[in-house]
Amino acid sequence: MHSFGYRANALLTFAVTILALICAIASFSDTLSTPTPTSNVQVLNINRFQKKPDGDDEVSLTFNISANLQSLFTWNTKQVFVFLAAEYETPKNSLNQVSLWDGIIPSKEHADFWIHTTNKYRFIDQGSNLRGRNFNLTLHWHVMPKTGKMFADKIVMTGYRLPQAYR
Amino acid sequence: MDWQGQKLAEQLMQIILVAFAVVAFFTGYVLGSFQMMLLIYAGGVVLTTLITVPNWPFFNRHPLKWLDPSVAEKHPKPQAAAATTSKKKGSKK
Repeated sequence: MHSFGYRANALLTFAVTILALICAIASFSDTLSTPTPTSNVQVLNINRFQKKPDGDDEVSLTFNISANLQSLFTWNTKQVFVFLAAEYETPKNSLNQVSLWDGIIPSKEHADFWIHTTNKYRFIDQGSNLRGRNFNLTLHWHVMPKTGKMFADKIVMTGYRLPQAYR
Repeated sequence: MDWQGQKLAEQLMQIILVAFAVVAFFTGYVLGSFQMMLLIYAGGVVLTTLITVPNWPFFNRHPLKWLDPSVAEKHPKPQAAAATTSKKKGSKK
């Protein structure tokens, strides 16, 4: 510690190491909270249900998503990325997941929301298997921290069904 | 800075930084503000820099006793041997 440069270097290195440590502890503190999110989706209308010229089915839906994700936010949360996926089984694939809508929730105040919308992304099947198909709508989310590990989880909502015939 | 001063500077640096880190973390946690934690810690780093990095007088309270110049003259450095070696190795001093 005999010179200015030596002391400045030692201080800077130590300060950054301690900073990394408190960020790690801050990230760990996220595991101490137990979130209790809720969500509900109503399918209001099937706008279109056709077989495309290339042979794949396509659906256009209007739905109302309402959710309360406020308990996911901690002091270490930057934003929550949320998306709604339709999940169903076909003879060809044991699991199909099609993302219909997504959004970014920037803060806790915005996390108790509802949205009335058509599907943001196209609901297209690999094949022609959607007539009369039962499907689940699953709300997935990724909690993006300010520092540390990202956590992802979901809520599965069952009981949705597509019509037997095209319209 | 003398030896005691260097040790003091190192100890002060470590203690103040850790103390500020602890205060910053708990303040941020209780207030629910990550930004507050970083601001308090940054303030702590600046304060520590001001206290420990410059060569303050209180770091020099036990100064080294260098040999007095009048006493040093009575014991001259060996010059003759140094002169012959320096001719052979011209660039090295």
